[in-house]
Amino acid sequence: MPVTVVKERYPSKVGEVILGAASAQGGTRTSVITVGGDKTLPFLQFEGIAENKPVIAMEVNDIVPPWNDALKANFAGVLDNPAAWARKCVQEFGADLIYLKLIGADPEGVNHSPEDCSRITREVLAAVGVPLIVCGCENAEKDNEVIAAVAESCAGENLLLGLAEQDNYKSIVAAAMVHKHSVIARSPLDINICKQLNILISEMGLPLNRIVIDPMIGGLGFGIEYAYSIMERIRLGSLGNDKMLSMPVICTVGYEANRAKEANVSAEEYPGWGELKDRAALWETLTASAILQAGANILIMRNPAAVKLVQDNIADLMEGN
Amino acid sequence: MIIIGERINGMFTDIGEALRNKDPKPLQFWATKQEEGGAHYLDVNSGPAIPTGERPEAYKWMVQVIQEVSDLPLTLDSTNYNAIEEGLKLCKRPAMINSVPVERAKIERVFAMAIQYNAQVIGLTMDNKGIPKDAENRVAFALELVAAADEFGLYMEDLFIDPLILPCNVAQEHAPEVLEALRQIKTLADPAPRTVLGLSNVSQKSPDRRLINRTYLAMAMACGLDAAIMDANDDALIDVAATCEILLNKSVYADSYLKVFRTR
Repeated sequence: MPVTVVKERYPSKVGEVILGAASAQGGTRTSVITVGGDKTLPFLQFEGIAENKPVIAMEVNDIVPPWNDALKANFAGVLDNPAAWARKCVQEFGADLIYLKLIGADPEGVNHSPEDCSRITREVLAAVGVPLIVCGCENAEKDNEVIAAVAESCAGENLLLGLAEQDNYKSIVAAAMVHKHSVIARSPLDINICKQLNILISEMGLPLNRIVIDPMIGGLGFGIEYAYSIMERIRLGSLGNDKMLSMPVICTVGYEANRAKEANVSAEEYPGWGELKDRAALWETLTASAILQAGANILIMRNPAAVKLVQDNIADLMEGN
Repeated sequence: MIIIGERINGMFTDIGEALRNKDPKPLQFWATKQEEGGAHYLDVNSGPAIPTGERPEAYKWMVQVIQEVSDLPLTLDSTNYNAIEEGLKLCKRPAMINSVPVERAKIERVFAMAIQYNAQVIGLTMDNKGIPKDAENRVAFALELVAAADEFGLYMEDLFIDPLILPCNVAQEHAPEVLEALRQIKTLADPAPRTVLGLSNVSQKSPDRRLINRTYLAMAMACGLDAAIMDANDDALIDVAATCEILLNKSVYADSYLKVFRTR
């Protein structure tokens, strides 16, 4: 007996956001990326197409990051050189774009000045042709200075700038508007704040197609299911024509997966867990592949071995398109 | 919640006069004003202002002058299907046909026309003998409309069933029957047909019209009302619709939900 495939019909789709700007648009990127545009739940291509494939942004820091040695070994020789690190991510590991996190700006740490941060960002821009995501050190006051400076010195590049949060969004949104960039709107695993923040940002005049949602996630084993349900609700909202939830979603996979004990302790300490090198890569891979199924459009990742596996996973999932 | 602005109707003095004088301004004024208020569709009804024979020309004119100022889709409201068809030919956006009762000849005319012009249909739960008193017979008519959608290939969500509310000051007993009918109509098919009411009818000639409209809208939405032909410029009524969407968990809550509901 033939089986009738039941298909949902959705009135709307995920909005599209363009990252980066080529020379024709006033930037210097050799490639730009469009994310979003999905017309169905993740990878249900029999119902509607996933307009653009999910992309991977590899993380680069402005100072040597406090990561474990196994992870750092992948970037030996370039960890103190953000431009070289970024180039390696693109040329060797096939990163679609670069996520530059300016943790060195932290006033409690190295305390890079806004000018230092701008210079480093421009160096990374010069080293690679892919679009850039730039985030501060998560000290709100300092980030407002840093991101404003970066936005101005990279005007026209259409960077994806972070982070706009409910208590601190005005300076970064203003900087993005004036200097033609896009912003990441971050909410703490809370769909209502997520929507409200998007409303507040759009009320300032930034078009919806220049906002990307960071719903915050948990890593595998650390609350990933909460992230999954929030992201599913965001996707259903966008497909149901809720314009204030219709933006593409970015997820900090590398950060969350690598916070887990499972991605850090050695096999000597936990013999039953197997080698750290493989275990850590799989921890990040599984966090990423689960979050892809929840509707992530941009994955921020660290481990090149995980990046490779997730690239293959994405290629397989997009085959039905 | 789909809000269909009711104001462009020849029953209102200003619109009736505008139709007789071919003055586009009042129609255009209300098209813009209702859109600002929160309307998603504009109902267009010449009313008795235009003699039957002249209605096809009148509907063409109305559609044209409204589309000059508004991009909203139109709900062409008439018992004269030739007039509706003339209007449909000019609609820039898929329109809604308002309405068809459960009478075979009219069903054949309207559903075929809906398919031809990619229009949605409002079906009334009545026949030539009138409006049923109870929910059960309303639902029986609704089922015939659902069958007609199937027969003519109209997508079920493009069928809007109107279980017909009557003024509560003269036909109070209908109000709970309509609510029950709404509940049952949503179970007739999967995907379900959609539902609509001419909301303002419930408060005809009552002194507290707006309060009655607002209260009944909340009650009807809780029973499955998807759309209403209503006063799109009663701010509190729009607020009720927005709040019901939140309380029915149809829209995600945000502190500014009232404002967002209007900007959609």
